[in-house]
Amino acid sequence: MHSNGFFLSDVAGFLGGYYTFLAVMNGIAAVILWRQQQRAGWAMVWATFAGAMMILASLALSGSASMVPVLPAAVRGLVNQLSGPVLYTLGTTAFLVLLFVFRKFFVQPMVAWTVFNLSLLLLGLSMADENFAAIVMKPDNVPIVGLVYLLAFFTWVATKQAVVNDERIKQGLPVMEKVNDEKVLVWPDLVYTELICMVAVSAFLLVWAIFLPAPLEEPASSVKTPNPSKAPWYFLGLQEMLVYFDPWYAGVVLPSLVVFGLMAMPYLDFNKSGNGYYSIEERKFSYLVWQFGFFELWITLIILGTFLRGPNWNFFGPFEYWTPYKVEVLNNVDLPQMFWVQWLNQPLPRAPQDAGLLVQIGYILLREAPGLMVMGAYLVLLPPLLAITVFRGFYAKMGFIRYMVMANLMLLMLTLPLKMILRWTLNLKYIISIPEFSLNF
Amino acid sequence: MAIGETIRNSQIWKSIFRHPMPLDRRNRIVVMLTNFFLHLHPVSIKKQGIALSFTWCMGGVTFFLFLVETVTGVLLMFYYRPTLEWAYNDILALRDVTSLGILRELHRWGAHAMVITTWLHMYRVFLTGSYKPPREFNWVVGVILLLLTLLLSFTGYLLPWDQLAIWAITVGSNMARATPILGYEGPGQQLLTIGGIDMITDGSDARFGLLGARFVGEETLNRFYVLHCIAIPLAVALLLAIHFWRVRKDGGISGPL
Repeated sequence: MHSNGFFLSDVAGFLGGYYTFLAVMNGIAAVILWRQQQRAGWAMVWATFAGAMMILASLALSGSASMVPVLPAAVRGLVNQLSGPVLYTLGTTAFLVLLFVFRKFFVQPMVAWTVFNLSLLLLGLSMADENFAAIVMKPDNVPIVGLVYLLAFFTWVATKQAVVNDERIKQGLPVMEKVNDEKVLVWPDLVYTELICMVAVSAFLLVWAIFLPAPLEEPASSVKTPNPSKAPWYFLGLQEMLVYFDPWYAGVVLPSLVVFGLMAMPYLDFNKSGNGYYSIEERKFSYLVWQFGFFELWITLIILGTFLRGPNWNFFGPFEYWTPYKVEVLNNVDLPQMFWVQWLNQPLPRAPQDAGLLVQIGYILLREAPGLMVMGAYLVLLPPLLAITVFRGFYAKMGFIRYMVMANLMLLMLTLPLKMILRWTLNLKYIISIPEFSLNF
Repeated sequence: MAIGETIRNSQIWKSIFRHPMPLDRRNRIVVMLTNFFLHLHPVSIKKQGIALSFTWCMGGVTFFLFLVETVTGVLLMFYYRPTLEWAYNDILALRDVTSLGILRELHRWGAHAMVITTWLHMYRVFLTGSYKPPREFNWVVGVILLLLTLLLSFTGYLLPWDQLAIWAITVGSNMARATPILGYEGPGQQLLTIGGIDMITDGSDARFGLLGARFVGEETLNRFYVLHCIAIPLAVALLLAIHFWRVRKDGGISGPL
């Protein structure tokens, strides 16, 4: 669908306000920086940026749809063409790794502010695209946009303090949280903070409620299935996993493991340092595992499932129209098929017609032998192998049971990214495929 | 001034507030010890522990949002009838007719916000290593509270009874029928067979237990309504009490040991 005048004149008012807000925000930032003596250069930068935002705001409000600033169609087309589940996953991974590795650079306030402003500008320019706006402005999707910015902000807040603390630990100084261990009375210091917090949250919620009506679609009908049918947004990461796994694993076993793993975490993390203050260097392993699980396997999947999965759960670029007629080639193959048919060039082992149950099971086991062996090696052989190699230190400190629980939880967590990679590279559908017992993995 | 003094010296005032105005140091301590609503707090606290950049306030905001949800939820219950005949129409009326229809917006956006603040609270607790001893068990209680928050939101999602609601719940609850052994499409359900008769069918499996029917229908609406308004909030309230109590008992607000 092409952006048309009706849509643009509808969205123009919103964008005018949006750019004005950006201008005011950066104007205030410029004033604050101007008052701090050495920051005059940055003050000029953000004052100029604020001016540019004012120009965008006036363009948006000019009354002519063609003047509303929008990303060039060529750029949008290119983004649509390039984007896909593989690039999305690898791209977000690379981006997060980059942020982590160069965290000392990115936590600098001016760098973070630049990234923040550029992302807001990009969001504004994208919002003038009808297809993009249709998805992002869906009432129930608005919280996810908020979630992304909140997560970015708080990750910045935390990383900034962790970087400072890590540097201090290296120099043998106490962490910042320890420098000032003065005690204050809860009345007034804490109760007033709580009161202000409550007022602020109430005000925020009221404004949100006034400006954004809650969604209400047509009355429920069990015969009219919407396409796509989506779970509530916080479960869309799980729904996205259904691309790679059957519901018994993606929808039941993995979520249970997530809950179990979260509960087990304090009993598995034997590292005593990093308790009660921000630090990365002191607990790099647990930090990286957590961030990988939280950002890669939860948040980015929710964003993917919400904004980029359209009808028939097909992938759509951010500026692509969600047509239900998009056809995707499905040529995924099961491992037994690959092993017996493609590699050994013979039919799948199949029990004779009138075979008894045990014989049938025997044939199933033979047919699935490659997958069972792969999974057996992965879950049974790998933990002890890791215990005598990379995780030798862990094993010594944790003992048998704790180590095994940790190793298995981590390996099960990694089944998701591994299955993704196998799907993208080998078109692998199932490693084990026993439809006779509804057991596909 | 004199009136204020008279009121504060009256028998009624003194019977309600067990302490004088918290204006000097002594009474600021007394107020924390003698007021029911404040006794959750300690008397004094590490200044660093309540720094905004350290705590983010997200646990407190989550609790406040839970209270907002409780109050708006109770008010919404006066309007809303959880039956196929009325559910959708009542929501429609909240949107178009009822004077305080904004209660629904407050309730819905508060719920979304609560899911987000719960995650942010957990994120902060992780990043400051505050789940480490002696706070392991309180982290476990927190994980259960996270689960209950998601279930609260999930059960509430059905109540407007529009297309968005029933299909989101259908997609979500379809997972249950793939539960190993206990779902009728799950692996191993063939094992529960007695005398050639399947024990696990679409009328007896985990999904049926969740929905109260073979598909999302009136029984489900009733079931989710009761879970949403009574059962889960009660469980949350109990666990919240434990969660807060343990914060105090496990060494107070977190900070370097």
